[in-house]
Amino acid sequence: MTGGGAVDPEPAAHSGEAAGPSATADAAGAPLAPTDPGAPPPPRDDDWTPSPIQVERLAYRRARTRRSVLIAAASSIVLIAVIVVGLISTPGWARFRETFFDLNYGWQVLPDVAKGFWLNIRLMVVCELVILALSMLIALARTLRGPVFFPLRALAAGYTDLFRGLPLILVLLILGFGMPSLRIAWLPSSALFWGCVALILTYSAYVAEVLRAGIESVHPSQRAAARSLGLSHGQTMRHVVVPQAVRRVLPPLLNDLVSLQKDTGLISILGVIYDAVLQAQIFTASTFNYTSYVVAGLLFVLLTIPMTRLTDWVSRRQGWTGAGSHL
Amino acid sequence: MYEPWFVDNKPENDKGFEGAVAYAVATKLGYSDSQVTWVRAHFDAVISPAPKNFDFDINEFSITADRAKVVDFSSGYYDVTQAVVTVKGSKIAGAKSIADLKDAKLGAQIGTTSLSAINDQIKPSQQPAVFQTNDAAVQALQNGQIDGIVTDLPTAFYMSSAQVKNGVLVGQLTQPAGQTPEQFGLLLEQGSPITSCVSAAVDALRADGTLAALATKWLAQAGAPVLK
Repeated sequence: MTGGGAVDPEPAAHSGEAAGPSATADAAGAPLAPTDPGAPPPPRDDDWTPSPIQVERLAYRRARTRRSVLIAAASSIVLIAVIVVGLISTPGWARFRETFFDLNYGWQVLPDVAKGFWLNIRLMVVCELVILALSMLIALARTLRGPVFFPLRALAAGYTDLFRGLPLILVLLILGFGMPSLRIAWLPSSALFWGCVALILTYSAYVAEVLRAGIESVHPSQRAAARSLGLSHGQTMRHVVVPQAVRRVLPPLLNDLVSLQKDTGLISILGVIYDAVLQAQIFTASTFNYTSYVVAGLLFVLLTIPMTRLTDWVSRRQGWTGAGSHL
Repeated sequence: MYEPWFVDNKPENDKGFEGAVAYAVATKLGYSDSQVTWVRAHFDAVISPAPKNFDFDINEFSITADRAKVVDFSSGYYDVTQAVVTVKGSKIAGAKSIADLKDAKLGAQIGTTSLSAINDQIKPSQQPAVFQTNDAAVQALQNGQIDGIVTDLPTAFYMSSAQVKNGVLVGQLTQPAGQTPEQFGLLLEQGSPITSCVSAAVDALRADGTLAALATKWLAQAGAPVLK
């Protein structure tokens, strides 16, 4: 809303005046008439005063900007009012508000839901670190050249095929209830542990493919140049390919991180993990009031938004955003 | 849709306590058995204020004041007692009192008053495990991930005798003194025009002994030791 709607009034009408002193300061790009060779030299900047026409032009632009802002504000207000009135006038509004937006109840459940949310955050951080390391190994294994590495490549491909294809919830149930039922003494039977393993296995498959796409997007000439400078395959990957690959796939990596953050809640189907979603579900199930779900949802959104802005900011600072994507 | 409330996961076979109660209520309201249609509804759909695709729901819903703000309940058709189930050899298999359960890792199904019973009556030192279904709780019990399950008494009888291998019914919890006894009620959409008719039907079935007869027929009534 920076006065995009402001338009010069009949620019052609001013072109005749453009030879005057105001022409030097006219940044609006109105077409200039050829300078009259007999005209006095342009006065110095500090002596310059806008011509009446420039004054009029500036005033006109300001008026147009004001008008745009007012119209935009009015249309936004009307739209919001229509939505609000539309919602409030629905026959079930009173019940809807009590069941989904009960402020007192929401405030009452907030501490427990927030405590659960803290578990989500810790789960996400721990899992994400393991996932990044594991998926990088898988992606590197898949991009190895040479026939001798066939088993590694096949293994990596098979892994991604399997775990990208399996629904996360099934992996959770099979590992969370299946592994403890083997009763292997030295294996932990904690649902939290197996839930983390399931998340790591599934998400590593996704993230490995993202990283592989990044690695393969680095032009072969980069690799060739690095090798011709005497770098080994490992050094080439470490210093030339992977750094470029990672910054290219940063937005999709963040996608997977945000998605992981939300899916940490799924572990609660194994029964022992009091995360934000389960806490909210316990409240909702016992009182039939959905406000606790809304509270949990808000917490998740509140975490995701700063995370996205932070990544954007880091990318911009590092000069990684070639296309200059902004908010 | 578990035994002994329903049999073979088929409510339309008129077997199991709740299946039979539903048909008895329908008969009282003047409908023949063939006019009864069953729909399956997810827990979250049943408890939401959205319009329902059923006239009444019968699925072990305990009546509470908070819940009654969002949905309608009929009069109670069953008085609920909570009980504890475990497996042979577990550390609570020989428990005689609530104090013996304090250090156990207990589990219950989400949204049940069994979960409240763990938190309010037993008050164990470990946070209870919460499961989406009783089946998941049974699986965790058999894996040794939890020491015991708290559920309503008839379900506990069924679990310990049929569902859990080497299952043991530890005992039942008594209602804390001074509290209104917990009851299962039929659940209806809030403000449903037929709530009072359904309640009247349930009351009549209780008065003429039908409910008691059905309970004797379908629910194991053998005594379980009371955990003090």
